[in-house]
Amino acid sequence: MDNLIELISNGKFIEATIQTLTYVVIAMGLGGVLGLVLGVLLTVTRQGGVLQSRGVYVVLNFLVNFFRPIPFVILIAAIQPLARVVVGTGIGDRALIFVLTFAATFGIARLVEQNLLTVPPGVIEASRAMGAGPWRTILTVLIPEGLGPVVLGYTFAFIAVVDMTAMAGVIGGGGLGNLALQYGYRQFNPWVTWAAVLLIIIIVQIVQLLGNVIARKLLRR
Amino acid sequence: MTRVQMIGVSKRYPGRGANAAPVVAVDDVTIDVASGEIHAIIGYSGAGKSTLLRLVNGLEHASDGRILVGDDEITSLRESKLREVRGRIGMIFQQFNLFHSKRVAKNVEYPLVVAGVPAAERKRRVAELLEFVGLSEKTNAFTDQLSGGQKQRVGIARALATNPGVLLADEATSALDPQTSREVLSLLKRVNAEFGITIILITHEMEVVREIADRVTVMDGGSAVEQGDVFDVFSDPQSQTTKRFVATALPTEPRAERLDELRERHRGRLISLTFRDGDVDQPVVFRTLAERGVGVSIVHGGITDVGGRSFGKLTLELIGDDLKVEHAIAALAQETALEVLA
Repeated sequence: MDNLIELISNGKFIEATIQTLTYVVIAMGLGGVLGLVLGVLLTVTRQGGVLQSRGVYVVLNFLVNFFRPIPFVILIAAIQPLARVVVGTGIGDRALIFVLTFAATFGIARLVEQNLLTVPPGVIEASRAMGAGPWRTILTVLIPEGLGPVVLGYTFAFIAVVDMTAMAGVIGGGGLGNLALQYGYRQFNPWVTWAAVLLIIIIVQIVQLLGNVIARKLLRR
Repeated sequence: MTRVQMIGVSKRYPGRGANAAPVVAVDDVTIDVASGEIHAIIGYSGAGKSTLLRLVNGLEHASDGRILVGDDEITSLRESKLREVRGRIGMIFQQFNLFHSKRVAKNVEYPLVVAGVPAAERKRRVAELLEFVGLSEKTNAFTDQLSGGQKQRVGIARALATNPGVLLADEATSALDPQTSREVLSLLKRVNAEFGITIILITHEMEVVREIADRVTVMDGGSAVEQGDVFDVFSDPQSQTTKRFVATALPTEPRAERLDELRERHRGRLISLTFRDGDVDQPVVFRTLAERGVGVSIVHGGITDVGGRSFGKLTLELIGDDLKVEHAIAALAQETALEVLA
């Protein structure tokens, strides 16, 4: 208990919270955009899509299937060399954010694809019948029509990324997960662990609530 | 004002499996739709009518044959040119296919945005179209706040936005109840009458054809099995498919089982008469029978409207002395074609 109070008063908890939020926001920002692009491409290049292309679909689908099942803690180690090339370092915050973004991109791609596939094909056909080209159809019909479920997908992804940040310590990152492990678990101080868990739950609840509100507005339910 | 010609059109899909034979969805169909005509294509599901309709605006590409919409040869256009032509061909759908993420006005405006119409002009046109379909007060509603009939009217307004010369209707009333269906059909009639838009509609419902079509093509197994004026085709059906459709909506001669029932209940002679747009005078028929002292009761059939002309089949029971009935039948046979059923 004393330890917990000390960690709160010396700013460790605030620092860790800010770190977690920073990791997640950046990874979701970059991975969100890249995943959206990848997910849209998966949707439109598959059989019957507005930009049907078997070759592109097979390649993208393989990439997503290849990277998505790798457990995050293994992925950190596996793509460390790539992180060194892209962000110049294999450890620390920058490397962590790189791996988070990498994992988020492939995860989100699949979520986006699954949710965009719920858009009725008739609506896409109507757009084509009115003379719209494939890109116009994608940007002004496919994405807006599927946005409600896609937002729920992003909410899900956000929480998954929060989950991944717990592994930050492996390559010298920080955040609430690391705090819980380092000061709570390893120092036999469950109060610290529970406090970190509570903060994570609060973050997750706020995001879930926000996602639900936005999705409900878009779905008008 | 656009003529649509489909000349020997076929559509084949590759069969599933390596050596599977191709599936023929549309097989050598020729239909010439005159400018301003309402042409119905009727067939059961799987007859190829939906595919054929999608060949007309190039949503699918024909395997063989030529399709002309006005002066544009759809079957030889590149995709980019095809898009421009599609702007001049409206289309409405069974499931309406409205954009749920957009308000009613934005739905109707969409084809105008695609066509590059300036904003002020778009606004004016949207107001005009919603006025025409009677939905001005729904301008800012979302599509899920509309009833089925209202959705289809928005669909029609959207399809008419760019002043197309042709309107393609894909089972446009099949998802609606009979009353709403009639309202939508009468709106389509108005569209045709006021703007002279050629309408090609596909349906599996005789009622739709009877209500608004000028000419009809009956499709079965990808082929056009019968074609012509609605009245001519339905008052004298040749193919089995057409006969089955006719039986769903028009008065017919009693089927075998029904005839047995009639024989049970009616002891007199049963004859069947066909009335085709006044070619047989009903008063003449009944006078002939009365003059010969033969009583009549109508036991089956009726008179109805087909393509704006009257058509009927009546099965009559003739009651009286055998000899008198024989003479009456002989006399009637002079006046009209009749069939003695029992």
